Parts: sequence; C-alpha cells; structure tokens
Amino acid sequence: MRRCLGYWGTSMDPARKRLIRLVVALTAALLLAGALAYTSFSASSSAVTPSQLLTSAHAGQSYQLTGKVVNGSIVHVGDGITFRVRDRAGSTSVPVRYTGAIPDPFRDGREVIVNVKKDGSAYVGEKDSLVTKCPSKFADPKSSAAQPA
Amino acid sequence: MATVGQACLLISLGLCGYGAVASVYGARTGRDAFVLSGRRSLFAVAGLVTVAFVILEAAFLRSDFHYTVVATHSSTTTPWYYRLAAMWSSQQGSLLLWVFLLAVWSSVAMLLLRGRLRDVAPYATAVQLGLGAFFCGLLVFAAQPFETVAVAPSEGIGLNPLLRHPSMMIHPVMLYSGYTLFSIPFAFVVGALIVRRVDAEWIRATRFFSLAAWLCLGFGIILGARWSYSELGWGGYWAWDPVENASLLPWLTGTAFLHSVMIQEKRGMLKVWNASLVLATGILAILGTFLVRSGILDSIHAFVEEGNTIAWAFTSLICALVVTSVYLVVSRRNDVLRSEAHLDSMFSREAAFLANNLVLVGVAFVVFWGTFFPLISEALTGKKAAVGPPWFDQYVVPLVLILVLLSGIGPVIAWRRTTPGRLWGTLRGPVIFSAVVGGLLVLFTNAASDLQSMILFVVATFAIAVAVHELWRGMRARQLMTGEHAPQALVSLVKRNRRRYGGYIVHIGISLIFIGVAASSAFQHTRDVVLKPGQSARVGGYTYTYLRPTAKIEQRAGELERITLGSKIRVVHGGRQVALLSPTRGYYPTNAPALGVLSRYFIGDSTSEVGLKAGWRRDLWIAEQPDISNLLPIVRKGDAVFAKAAAGGLSPARESFFLAQALNGLVARYRQSAPPAQFRIIVSPLTGWIWFGALIVLFGGFTAAWPNAGAARGLSRARYTARVARDLGRA
Repeated sequence: MRRCLGYWGTSMDPARKRLIRLVVALTAALLLAGALAYTSFSASSSAVTPSQLLTSAHAGQSYQLTGKVVNGSIVHVGDGITFRVRDRAGSTSVPVRYTGAIPDPFRDGREVIVNVKKDGSAYVGEKDSLVTKCPSKFADPKSSAAQPA
Repeated sequence: MATVGQACLLISLGLCGYGAVASVYGARTGRDAFVLSGRRSLFAVAGLVTVAFVILEAAFLRSDFHYTVVATHSSTTTPWYYRLAAMWSSQQGSLLLWVFLLAVWSSVAMLLLRGRLRDVAPYATAVQLGLGAFFCGLLVFAAQPFETVAVAPSEGIGLNPLLRHPSMMIHPVMLYSGYTLFSIPFAFVVGALIVRRVDAEWIRATRFFSLAAWLCLGFGIILGARWSYSELGWGGYWAWDPVENASLLPWLTGTAFLHSVMIQEKRGMLKVWNASLVLATGILAILGTFLVRSGILDSIHAFVEEGNTIAWAFTSLICALVVTSVYLVVSRRNDVLRSEAHLDSMFSREAAFLANNLVLVGVAFVVFWGTFFPLISEALTGKKAAVGPPWFDQYVVPLVLILVLLSGIGPVIAWRRTTPGRLWGTLRGPVIFSAVVGGLLVLFTNAASDLQSMILFVVATFAIAVAVHELWRGMRARQLMTGEHAPQALVSLVKRNRRRYGGYIVHIGISLIFIGVAASSAFQHTRDVVLKPGQSARVGGYTYTYLRPTAKIEQRAGELERITLGSKIRVVHGGRQVALLSPTRGYYPTNAPALGVLSRYFIGDSTSEVGLKAGWRRDLWIAEQPDISNLLPIVRKGDAVFAKAAAGGLSPARESFFLAQALNGLVARYRQSAPPAQFRIIVSPLTGWIWFGALIVLFGGFTAAWPNAGAARGLSRARYTARVARDLGRA
C-alpha cells in the first residue's frame, strides 16, 4: 500500500487521512450548524400581531410586531413619533412609541413591521427597526371604476 | 394589440411544451430533426415573448390605460424613461420580464453553443423550455399582463415614487438577467448528468454564461444597495431583508462554483460538488424570484398578499427541481461523478479553493437559515419568529474575514502541494506590507477601536497586495522577455490570460468593497435631530446648519408631478464650508377619490431625495422629514371650499386655476414659515469605496468573461468539426 509522509514527519495511509479529514470537517460543520440553530432560536423575536401582543407580551422581551398603521394615529413627538398598529384583518390595535429612521412609504394604512418591547401599557419600538412594506399599487382597488373588458 | 400579446404568450406556452418533448424525444431516439425542432421552438418562443414584451412596453410608453397593468402602475406624469421601467414594478410585468430574459439568454446560449455538447444540448434545451413553460403558464393563467378594460380611466395611479430612481430602471433587469443566465449552466449540468457526460466540457462551454450571470447578479445587488442608500432615507445600503438575501444566495453559491470549477478543469476533482453547486445556484435563482413574487416572508419588497396561487406554483416547481437534482447527483455519484484525483496536501491551491468554497457555502447557509427562519420556527415550534441584522453579522463577519484572507492565499499557492516555507516566500512581501499598513492604522487612526474592522482592513490590504504583486511580477517578467513598456506589458499580460488576471482585478474590487463596508459600518456617525431654520447640529466633527427651507411645484407635460419641500443645509468642518446640501421630500398626488382636491397633493405618497456629498474619505449624508402639520388644517379648509364650489357648478377650468393658486399659496407659506423639520444626518467614512470597488469588480469580471482569441478559434473549429461530422453522416 502506498504510504505518504506528512509535513510533520508522520506517515499515514492516504485513505485513512481522507477519512479523518472528512470526520473532522463533518464534526465542525455539525457543531457550527448546531450553534447556528441554537442562537437563531435564542436571538429571535417572536413575530406577533397586535391582538397576540396584547394577550401574551412580557415586559423586556422583544417582539416583531406586524400589522397596519391605524388611520390618523401618527403623531410627531420630539425626535420621534407615536402611532397605533392594528391587526391586518381586524380593529384590535396597540400604541407604539418609536424613534429612528422612518421609511418613506410609512403612512396611514400601510403595513409595517417593527421590533417592540413592552413598556407599561405602551410599546417602545427599537431604534431604526421600522420597516414599511413597499406597495406595488397605490390606490385602493375599490377606487378604480374600471371594469374588465 | 393586447389580444396579439396574449396570443403570443399562449402560443409560447404551447411551443415550450412541444419543444421540450421534441428535444427529449429527439435525443433519446437519435432523430436529429426533432432535436433541431426543439431548438427552433426555443428561438420561436424568444421571438414571440419579445413581441409580447414590446407590446406591453409600448402600452406603458403611450400611457394606454385600457391595460389594467398600465393604469395601476403608470401615469401621464411619470417621465417616459420611468414609464419603461414601470412595467417591472408590477407582478405581471416582472414575470414577463423574467420569461423574456430567459428566452433571449437561452436562445443566445444555444446559438453560440451550437455544434458543442451535441448529446447534452437537447436536454438543456428541454430544461430551458420547461422553465419557460412554467413562467408562460403563470402569465397566461394567473398574472395576465394583457388584461384590458372597456373604458380606460383618464389617468393612471402612477409609478411608486420610491422606484423613480435611475438604479431602479436597471436593478431588476440585472437581477433577473443574473437569475436567468444561471439557468444556462443549470440546464447544461442537468443534461450532462442525464447523458452521464460530466467531464469539464460542459463547464468550459457554459463558463461565459456563468460569469455573465455572476456579474449581472452582483451588479444588480450593488445597484439595489446604491438605491437604498440614496433613496430610502435611512442611510443604509444593506438590511438583511429577505428579498435582498434571496438575491445574495445564488450569488454566493455561484461565486463558489466559479472557483471550484477550476479544480475540476485542472485535476478532475470535486465533480459531485460542482454539479451540486450549479444545481443549487439554479434553484436558488428561482427561489429569489419566488420570494419577491409570493410575499411568503415579511419584507419591505413584498409586493403581494400572502396565500396567492403563484406561491403554490413556485413551491411545486422548486420541490420538483430539488427532487430531480438530488436524484441526478445521487444516482451518478459512484460512476461519472467519481473524482479523478484526491487532495494531495492541505498546502495546495485545491485545498485553498476548497476552503474558500466551504466558507462561501457556509455564508450561504447562514443567510438561508436566517432568511427562512420565520418558516423554520413556525414549523418547529408553531410560532413565527425572526432574527435581526445582529444575528446575521455575528456569523457572516467572521466568515468574510476568512474568505478575504483566502482570496489572498488561493491564487498564489501551488497546485497539488507546496511547503509552508515556499508559501511564506511567495507571501512574504504582501504580509509585511499589510502588517505595516495595519501598524500605521493603529498609530494614526482609531481603526483599532473596532477589532473586527481592524482585522478586515489588514486582511483586505493583504489580498489587494497579493493581487497587485502578481500583476506586477507578471508585467516585469513580460517586460524582460519582450522589452515592452510597462503599460503595454500589463495589457499584453492580462490579454494572454484574461481569466486569471481578471480574477485578480475582481479580488481587488471585492476587497475594496469590504473595506468600505467595514469602515462605514463601524465608524459611521448618525444622528436624528429636529432643527429650525438657523439651528445647527454637530455630527462626526461636522457642523450642519439649516439655512432656509425650500419649496417648489414640479410639473411634467403640463401636469403637476410633485410638490417638493426641503431645505438648504450648510456643512462646515474646521471653520471652512465643505458642502451645501439640499435634502428634499417629494409629495406625489394620489387619485384616491375619498380625498379632497387639495389633500390629494399632500396625503399621497412621499419620498426622500437625500442631500449627499460623496468623497473618497467620507460621505456627508442628510435626509429630511418636513413637518407639514401646520399646512394640513389649511388644506382641509381648502378641500371644503373646493367641494362647496364644485357643488355650486365650478367649471373644471376654473377649478384648475384656483387649485394652482391654492397650491402656490401653500408652497409660499411653507417657504416663509416652515416649522422645525426632522433630519437624519450621517457622516460615513469610505462608503464611496463600496461603489468604486464594485466598478473594479465589473471591470475585472468583463476582463475574465471576455473570450480569448484562442477560445474563439476553438469555437469555430468545433462548429466546423460538427458540420463535417453532419455531412459525413448524411453521406
């Protein structure tokens, strides 16, 4: 059987060497994948709707709130804004206090995603976490009077 | 014309089905006429889809609001060049763009590769036509871009103001070109696996398209980043948004593939790996389109509501592609995919490239996991959860450090094996240079305050030094051999081995991009402030002073396009004015009938135009959110007055006259007594290096992709041989 001499002066069967490399690589990949999975669960924020937030929110825990901006609820206060987010299909809403970058499409009725933490009866948005969905259509479909040909 | 467009799509769908079947039948029975017919079907589909594409573009250009898609995505006040781009802001238009690019690029590939891989090409044609059939099917049965209305509305809704940016005209086209070009190596590897001919020929044949796909996709990603930086008003260029990530995934696996194919070409190794990478890249490209178009994940780009039929169609296609790919690789792994050689040493180019591949695939896995985590979490725990940018950074940054380091080592280490001593001899100069640069950074800047950035600066400098050193060495050797002048010798050197030296140039560009990303992420100064005219804010050593408000009405084709409110900002550094910035916010009118005549000019969509002074050392950036709350009560009063006047029989002409007067008055009022406005101010070091690095990558990519004169001769020879073989067959 062909033998080879390693750089560190040890001789080893090439097939055995390949097997060891494979085992080491697979072990490292598994460990990394495990760490990845573990940290993703521990670092994640639960994606919740306003009604879920009202029933299950704990102070200090971060949540990813998804819903629509309640019409007429946006108020500029100092460096930030306050607004209410309601369920996509429903009227249950929660108040959000937010400072940071405000996306251009943010306005009444728009669908938003914002990371929040409970603070008393209100929810404080994490700085720069507000995302407004980019709509492809700007008018309410009901506003179009056009009928299919 | 809408009927013609619809007919083109319907016939294309039929031709895709026929062509795919004919290609496979011809290949299996050896009947060349069917193979030829299959290929011609592909060309015919390209022609028909081009006609459909042109019909829809023409409808956008002439603002034909009989077309529902035109009425809902364009308007007469949209500039003509944005009307062209408005097509792919819609679901229907973007799917048509996809199938148009797929058909055109596939046809170009089949035309250029005719006579090569004659056993593989029919299956590749069938795969391309199969993908074409899927997208034509979506257009015919679900999206329907040629839907029309009997009575056209007088005006369209208009293009999303956010998309009115030069980058957005090209960004989707480049992304989709990348996706569709990646389908070419994907189709060929499927064909190669089916006929069990997995030598390096399919790699050589499709190399140009792999590189072109990689370049287009990379350029598209950078254009998206640039758009985000200069248009979205938050000052960032990357947010780990699911749709951004979706475009990054095939680019990462495609990058890995472009490196690992060299090992197969040189040593006949990594066949399973290469086949898997191309298959994964092709599927990830489809996945990218799926994420944008299905709305399955919460994203800024989600254009449609969840639960639509398109999502199910895409899911079925992706599942079918994954199952087929896994079957093909697993069933061929012990025969045609068996490696012809083994890794001789960990100190070899093969090992460095393999490590580079593992890191790239590792990054892709991290991005994939984080992007799909909401779905994974829901499947495993029943609760939807998401991970944020810090989670991505935690894994991607260390992996990128290793990647940049490997991009310096890989190109200069010998094939098969070398010794640590010999490797050190090659790398000594660049290592010493990067160490000196690192020392200078520590001594004279605050770079060391962020360890990860500091390490990245050093390893990126090392990678650049290696590439420059290699170019220099080659140029000097050529000068000695030929007596050419330095620039001439450099050009000749690069022309003689475009792939190698183009690759070095790409490495320089990528390193510059990472330096820019590290510096602008770690050492950026950001501040959100509210300022009144005359007030100042100090950010990163620069003083920003709000000089005065600005306001104007912008018209196009006699119609009001937008009302622009903004400010003049003076930036002073060291007692000297360094910039005069003009951030603005454009308010676009909306057609919503529920709003009053005046309100529709202020309550509609608005978008930031940032004030930017870009420089080599730093960018001075500012975005403004004007406060229009003091205008709104007047606007509402005006609405009531106009409503009353309209009820009293005010003619449209007089209404327009009074409306212009009212708007001019409101604009003048804002100019004279603007309330405090909210500003986001950013001083961002080395951001310009990202865009400059991207241009270098583009140049290097073109250099590498451009065919060598020898390759062109080889192609002609292959075609001649194929023709002779065909003639002999007939005889």
